Amino acid sequence: MKTAITLNVNGKEYPLEVKANEILLNVLRDRLGLMGTKYGCGIGECGDCTVLLDGKAILSCQSLAFTADGKKITTIEGLEHNGSLHPLQQAFIDEGAVQCGYCTPGMILSAKALLDTKPDPSDQEIKQAIRGNFCRCTGYTNIIRAIKTASEKIKDQGRKQT
Amino acid sequence: MKKEYSVVGTRIAGLDEKDKVLGNVIFADDFTLPGMLHGKVFRSTKASARIKRLDVSKAQELPGVVCVLSAEDVPNNESVKNVVGQTTEVGLLEAKHQVLARGRVRYWGEAIALVAAESLDIARDALKLIEVEYEELPAVFDPFEAMKPDAPKIHGNNNVIASWKLRKGDVEKGFAQADVVVENTYRTPRQEHAHIEPESGVAWVDDMGVINVRYAAQVIEHYRDIATVLGVPESRVRVIGTLIGGGFGGKEDVTVEVFLALMARKTGRPVKLTFTREEMGYARHKRHPYVLKYKTGATKEGKLVALEAQIVSDAGAYVYLSPWVLIYSTVHSTGPYLIPNVKVDANSVLTNNIMTSAFRGFGGMQVVAAYEAQMDDLAEKLGMDPLELRRKNFLKKGDVTASYQEITSEVWLEKCAQAALDALGQKSKGGKIKKVGRGLACAWQSYGRMTYLHDTSNCWVNLEMDGSAVVRTGIPDLGGGQRESVRAIAAEVLGLNIEEIHVISTDSQVTPLSGTVTATRALYMSGNATKLAAENVKKVITGKASEILSVAPEKLDLKDHTVYVVDDPKKRIPLVDAIKQCYFEGKIPQSLATFRAPFTEPISSDVIKDPVFPDFTFGAQAAEVEVDIETGEVKVLKWATAYDIGQAINVNRVEGQMEGGVAQGLGFGLMEDYLEVDGVPWTWNFHDYIIPTSKDVPDIKSIVLESGSGKGPFGAKGIGEPAISAAGPAAANAVKDAIGVRVTHLPVTAERIFFALR
Repeated sequence: MKTAITLNVNGKEYPLEVKANEILLNVLRDRLGLMGTKYGCGIGECGDCTVLLDGKAILSCQSLAFTADGKKITTIEGLEHNGSLHPLQQAFIDEGAVQCGYCTPGMILSAKALLDTKPDPSDQEIKQAIRGNFCRCTGYTNIIRAIKTASEKIKDQGRKQT
Repeated sequence: MKKEYSVVGTRIAGLDEKDKVLGNVIFADDFTLPGMLHGKVFRSTKASARIKRLDVSKAQELPGVVCVLSAEDVPNNESVKNVVGQTTEVGLLEAKHQVLARGRVRYWGEAIALVAAESLDIARDALKLIEVEYEELPAVFDPFEAMKPDAPKIHGNNNVIASWKLRKGDVEKGFAQADVVVENTYRTPRQEHAHIEPESGVAWVDDMGVINVRYAAQVIEHYRDIATVLGVPESRVRVIGTLIGGGFGGKEDVTVEVFLALMARKTGRPVKLTFTREEMGYARHKRHPYVLKYKTGATKEGKLVALEAQIVSDAGAYVYLSPWVLIYSTVHSTGPYLIPNVKVDANSVLTNNIMTSAFRGFGGMQVVAAYEAQMDDLAEKLGMDPLELRRKNFLKKGDVTASYQEITSEVWLEKCAQAALDALGQKSKGGKIKKVGRGLACAWQSYGRMTYLHDTSNCWVNLEMDGSAVVRTGIPDLGGGQRESVRAIAAEVLGLNIEEIHVISTDSQVTPLSGTVTATRALYMSGNATKLAAENVKKVITGKASEILSVAPEKLDLKDHTVYVVDDPKKRIPLVDAIKQCYFEGKIPQSLATFRAPFTEPISSDVIKDPVFPDFTFGAQAAEVEVDIETGEVKVLKWATAYDIGQAINVNRVEGQMEGGVAQGLGFGLMEDYLEVDGVPWTWNFHDYIIPTSKDVPDIKSIVLESGSGKGPFGAKGIGEPAISAAGPAAANAVKDAIGVRVTHLPVTAERIFFALR
């Protein structure tokens, strides 16, 4: 049994037929070719597969594709805007928060979900928001600093616009 | 005065990082080819058994299955060699590896058959149709049991596969001089690498008949192993390494590459194989669990006088790199201290547990847990400050170790230890239930491979007509920024911006071989090779420019895209003018350079009596923890890590290694253990194998010290492995300081603390 659904990914609509048991992670990677979202554990522990669903960070390895029908999905490929990096992406580069880069997409998306609802988070709030995104390379210190830097940059940009 | 460089020693936000934040990097599992099949591995569910019957016919008949391979389909099934590191008579050579189990399995998870199918679902279904009948055989899971004469033999006649010794002075006389003696037995965990990216790759046979394997490889030279197993010339196998999502030694031994090549060759179609997280657990080696019995004596003035130790490592069911890991343990077992009388006996023993092999620290790590606990406990008995005791005994430049190697670089242990302790700042306040403690650990760790392996690394650099440069070198990038480092070195020498250097890395048929990214050797070896090659290119340019400018070549240098006279910088020509003239005259500004580490003779006896390593990195870590004495729970409050890394190439990446080392080492010290019960894995995935998260790791203060005395490019030392080794012991010492009781079994978990207090 297949269901016809429409996935809205990074602002683009993809009409698809999916089986009831198809995992969102696999649909994004294998059918839409969006390889930025990663498999890390398959049981919702490591956070590599994090994407945003209507702005909320979710684990795409634990989500059935049909449940995302009609909802807005953001993957790492959707963060760059008109050729310029999202402040989080830039801050991750500048603060040395990227090493192997495998956890980076999920980490940045969890951070984005945080900053979108809480523009000025404390260190504790940042740690809480990324606690489900494992990184084996960095020790997290630079990641937390990058998220802080990005939050300040976003606030500055907001001030300039208003 | 420290030398100033224009690129080297700065914070470099590299080009690779940009691709990583965009999600653009094509990691091993992100790569697909038209008509690609999906592979799966059928594995043993017995730790020790004879395979009475193996029937793959039903799997073969499943629609969509393209091939099922078992041992008889592998041309040279027993050919993946084990490491022969020992020249003495231990049962090493009998312990052969097998690609697919033939007749006998020796650990839970051992590969028996391969399936390639049109989809992953079909491949998975096919595994369920493979029939196997076992006859269970006697097994042994404890290395001490396995050393007994009547123990079941894993291979051949002897489960002890390596024995190394240190002999210096006379320990009996040494202990007779001692005023205090500390004696303890320590245990360290079977740690899982838990790199976030699984082992993965894609293989295909190209239109020249070459077997291509594109995978996450720490060692692209494994193309030789693939060729041997398949019985084809080495020139017909090509390994294309990817940017790696973390390795830590987990992608050092053979993982997916031989399986992939077998399936691609058999089917003639591209095949992908990616391990599941569970498979990463039970099918790939771990860090060796160690038992370390240490007896250390000191005078009341705080001089170490004797060390006697017995070290036993659990090698698991196959040899892999265990003998080498044990050499590291033996050499590093004294710690970075000068001890006049030393007697160390180390053994590595086969069992029916999962095999153990390379993991960041490589045997230099487990011994720190013992020697640094001993130092703290000695200091306590002497009523001496822990740093003061260490200070009285630190090795110095020019000292000779207990393995008879002279230390030829600076030893800044005192500076590192003091800097780390200072960085912790004011001590946090504890309470009646929540006790606060501080721990220090100092360590040494070699960088570069063992010198009797005659290590070399190659690099080819050339300048293009437009003034940009290409660096070709086999160096894999594990995520440590290895590729960015060689880019920075070439930019420094050639006076270019890093954007103008293109690095082609990790392709065994395109890039000159530069050896493994293991043993903290990449910067040391490939960095030196890149520097040599770039300097040769520079000589071609300055030679030509000297003719144009009528100035001796040694008076010229390259900077900001010009060749200029050092004493008269206004006298200059554009770099591209010199390059074009070189090309015009057929003198191509290019160089293929080889860097050779110091070579020594093979170790000639089981007592280590000669230099084994090129050099050592020294450093210290300090931790502050809060322990709840009612529950045993540990909260890490503060952390500082300080290393003399000689010269930073990219400060961001040095700190990255140091901080990552803390987190992974904190896991080793406080949290992680890959559990097996009678050889059956118990910690299958991240829900029960717990690694540090953002909530477990404190804000880490990294202190980068630069003595400039290393053997790497610009005086650099290595940092990849040194960064981890002192972390766990620092945490363990902090717990001891908090609760007053020594937990000798790492990880120091809440449960162990709870029982130690009662």
